[in-house]
Amino acid sequence: MKNGKAYTFGDNIDTDAIIAARYLNVSDFDKLKAHCMEDIDDGFAAAVKCGDYIVAGENFGCGSSREHAPAVIKACGVSAVIAKSFARIFYRNAINIGLPIVECADAANDARNGDVISVDTERGTVNNETLGKTYSFPPYPAEIAQIIKRGGLLK
Amino acid sequence: MTLSQKILSAHCGGSAVAPSQMIMADVDLSLGNDVTSPVAIKAFSESGGKAVHDPEKVAIVLDHFAPNKDIESARQCAACRAFAAEQGIKNFFDVGQMGIEHALLPEKGLALPEMLIVGADSHTCTYGALGCFSTGVGSTDLAYSLKTGKLWFRVPQAIKVTLKGNLPPNVSGKDVILNLIGKIGVSGARYASLEFFGNVSALSMDDRFTVCNMAIEAGAKNGIFPVDDVTLEYVKSRTNKKFEKTDTSDIRADEYEREIIIDLSKLKPTIARPHLPENTVTLDEIAKEKIKIDQAVIGSCTNGRLSDIKAAYEVIKGKKIARGVRCIVIPATQEVYLQALRLGYIEALIEAGAAVSTPTCGPCLGGHMGILSDGEVAIATTNRNFIGRMGSKTSKIYLASPYSAARAAISGYIG
Repeated sequence: MKNGKAYTFGDNIDTDAIIAARYLNVSDFDKLKAHCMEDIDDGFAAAVKCGDYIVAGENFGCGSSREHAPAVIKACGVSAVIAKSFARIFYRNAINIGLPIVECADAANDARNGDVISVDTERGTVNNETLGKTYSFPPYPAEIAQIIKRGGLLK
Repeated sequence: MTLSQKILSAHCGGSAVAPSQMIMADVDLSLGNDVTSPVAIKAFSESGGKAVHDPEKVAIVLDHFAPNKDIESARQCAACRAFAAEQGIKNFFDVGQMGIEHALLPEKGLALPEMLIVGADSHTCTYGALGCFSTGVGSTDLAYSLKTGKLWFRVPQAIKVTLKGNLPPNVSGKDVILNLIGKIGVSGARYASLEFFGNVSALSMDDRFTVCNMAIEAGAKNGIFPVDDVTLEYVKSRTNKKFEKTDTSDIRADEYEREIIIDLSKLKPTIARPHLPENTVTLDEIAKEKIKIDQAVIGSCTNGRLSDIKAAYEVIKGKKIARGVRCIVIPATQEVYLQALRLGYIEALIEAGAAVSTPTCGPCLGGHMGILSDGEVAIATTNRNFIGRMGSKTSKIYLASPYSAARAAISGYIG
């Protein structure tokens, strides 16, 4: 994946923060993306550019099962979400819709807002170009790697 | 194997399964609502889906923004209605029959012991109270299970929660689960099963539903109770269908990654402060802070059952809702509403100055029927107190049992 800017967030970023339920009376992700992260960072949706990354702490995506959460992140053009850990429903939703997610605590710990980073899912590395550091993350289980390779569960 | 692992094993050929193993399992029931089904229906058709694998194994409930709150939600409900008709889905629950999904399905006898249930709603874990494996998934997962009758799972490790003693008066299932989440944190059971053993007979069926409902708030994949006489009595009053009862007698202690012991007799009414369910404090402690409330919400898939409405009624009857407090009571299903009406609970609540609504998820997720303005404070029997969950991002939600919420509704303060 090409390099992009890191947008950093803390621990326990919940799916209501990613996309508030009050907007879920529609399911058009291109319309919904304007509200991505609205309640915790109201400048995010306007600022984020195609190819940027979200970097977060523990338990990213906790709460609701709404697939709208990874879907709006994908619709914003975010290349991948890197976090110390993911909530389980968010994890499977992201895999199922083809949004790359990376569990890499060291990369998530070190990254600062605005750092230029890139991810290589095949080699299993996160490269923080600003810090000049490369981090590796463990490979996905074979069955999950297959879904990722196909671009999603229904592909 | 743990109880959850045994049920997963029974649904993927019967061979033993182990934590972290990836399996493709047969799904007994797939659930969607008016927010998650439209996304699933689109994914289903776009991937070439024509007919659902088995319409008998599907349930669709319009509960989140229903009765329709605006034109957009009306369109989403219409899409669900059309899909249910086209696919011959009998278990489709519309306004007039519907209730909040996780209170409704057990009531309709659709959730039974040892079933494997998936729902495109995170609180699908509620049905584990009946001894089944039940978990929340996304819309693409739902589309896949609609198409194939199967779904992929990573077999979870498990935490054993051993209950001891009996609950003191005015302490309920909500206080049990808030206490547990306070102990282990919102990611304390991430990816794991929370399996409840020990003196489970101390908890009523409604208490068990509340406990399993909020397993997801500790990050758990599912919450589950073994089947006992309380379960059997409940299930047999709801359906004549045959079901299996998982044998738990041979589960070894070392199957669990850890054990947590909860002495029910030591528990007190418990509150979770904003903005995470793990921020727990006992009611007697927080009372000292004199926190004034603007709204009390009694309802939701967590606490909208008959015993919850009764607990609120017991506190509120003969009194008045405090001036300046909006008390909104939402029975979770039509049946709960009707029973509460017949038993006089609804009349007493209305006489006290509470507003009583038709079943809906409504304010719990900031949908409608009680949205908070800037800086407002609510006490709610719901399940999440995240930023902006019930309205303005500067509003605050304190999670509580119906007893604690009703006390605040009449005094105007948490305590």
